[in-house]
Amino acid sequence: MNINPVTEASVEATPLPPQPKVVNPVGTAAPMLPVEDKPLNLGGYEFQSRFILGSGRYDLNLIKATVEHAGTQIVTMALRRAQTTENSVLDYIPEGITLLPNTSGARNAEEAVRIARLAREVCHTDFVKVEIEHETKYLLPDNAETIRATEMLAKEGFVVMPYMFPDPIAARQLEEAGAAAVMPLGSLIGSNMGLRMRDFIEIIIANAHVPVIIDAGIGRPSQACDAMEMGADAVMAYTAVASAGNIPLMAEAFKNAINAGRAAYLSGLGKVTEGQAVPSSPTTGYLH
Amino acid sequence: MQVNGEQVKLETPVSVADYLEAHGFRAERVAIELNGEIIPREKRGDTMLDDQCVMEIVQFVQGG
Repeated sequence: MNINPVTEASVEATPLPPQPKVVNPVGTAAPMLPVEDKPLNLGGYEFQSRFILGSGRYDLNLIKATVEHAGTQIVTMALRRAQTTENSVLDYIPEGITLLPNTSGARNAEEAVRIARLAREVCHTDFVKVEIEHETKYLLPDNAETIRATEMLAKEGFVVMPYMFPDPIAARQLEEAGAAAVMPLGSLIGSNMGLRMRDFIEIIIANAHVPVIIDAGIGRPSQACDAMEMGADAVMAYTAVASAGNIPLMAEAFKNAINAGRAAYLSGLGKVTEGQAVPSSPTTGYLH
Repeated sequence: MQVNGEQVKLETPVSVADYLEAHGFRAERVAIELNGEIIPREKRGDTMLDDQCVMEIVQFVQGG
């Protein structure tokens, strides 16, 4: 039996046995990737965060904290006629964030292309969220014009992310037109109504060859988590965060919910036994 | 000429770059469309405005 005292030299000479690799739990500080997850790939650009954040309707001074609490890497914005007195939203967005201009205000494909080109001139990004609407009550996207705009913009080298009504056939046509992702609405923009289009989004997810990003209507973190459990690749939220009492805290709640939903999806959800209990304790050895 | 949908009087011909500076626009934050064509940043100094021009000066705003 070796009873020699441990010396400094002997400690150095004895390598530690291989240690199990510690995986960072989901929802803590970077790295944010759940176990064995792949990055979100949009047109060849990779992102670790699966939360896309709208930039607006709250105090500009809150944007930085909100982006940081959200852990987001992509922030959307709109293009409008410039006012010299306005602060620029770009001054408030932290370095390293990918800007995703939208084409809101466009009523047809040509107008969307015009806005996308102007947006590219402002910030030299190829990313564009195509958004084509005709009226303000429902703000429903025009899928036919969106498909046309997607084809035109993809040919010009844009990374096209079309906002769409969740029609699985239109989703396929958007892919064929060159979309880098599809962004079906969960419910009406800004309504906080949640995943009302679930059945059709599930069909889109089951058949998609590009990322499916749930956009519009996601009103609370549990709904974002639900969308990710379904297999959505990312969630975009705007009103739900902007209308919260504590905006940065709600952004963090969304981040955690999205990460939890993603981890659950990757884990594989358990089977549902409709109307039938399954005992979780042994059914033998009872005391009667 | 017309700027962002409004009629404005142009006293003397100026370049796009000079117009932006004179009216307090931040050149690095805006895009310019002149008579339907985007004027790239590097051409703003050489592109002259006249009474018949229709110019759009756009910038990013908060939005989803």
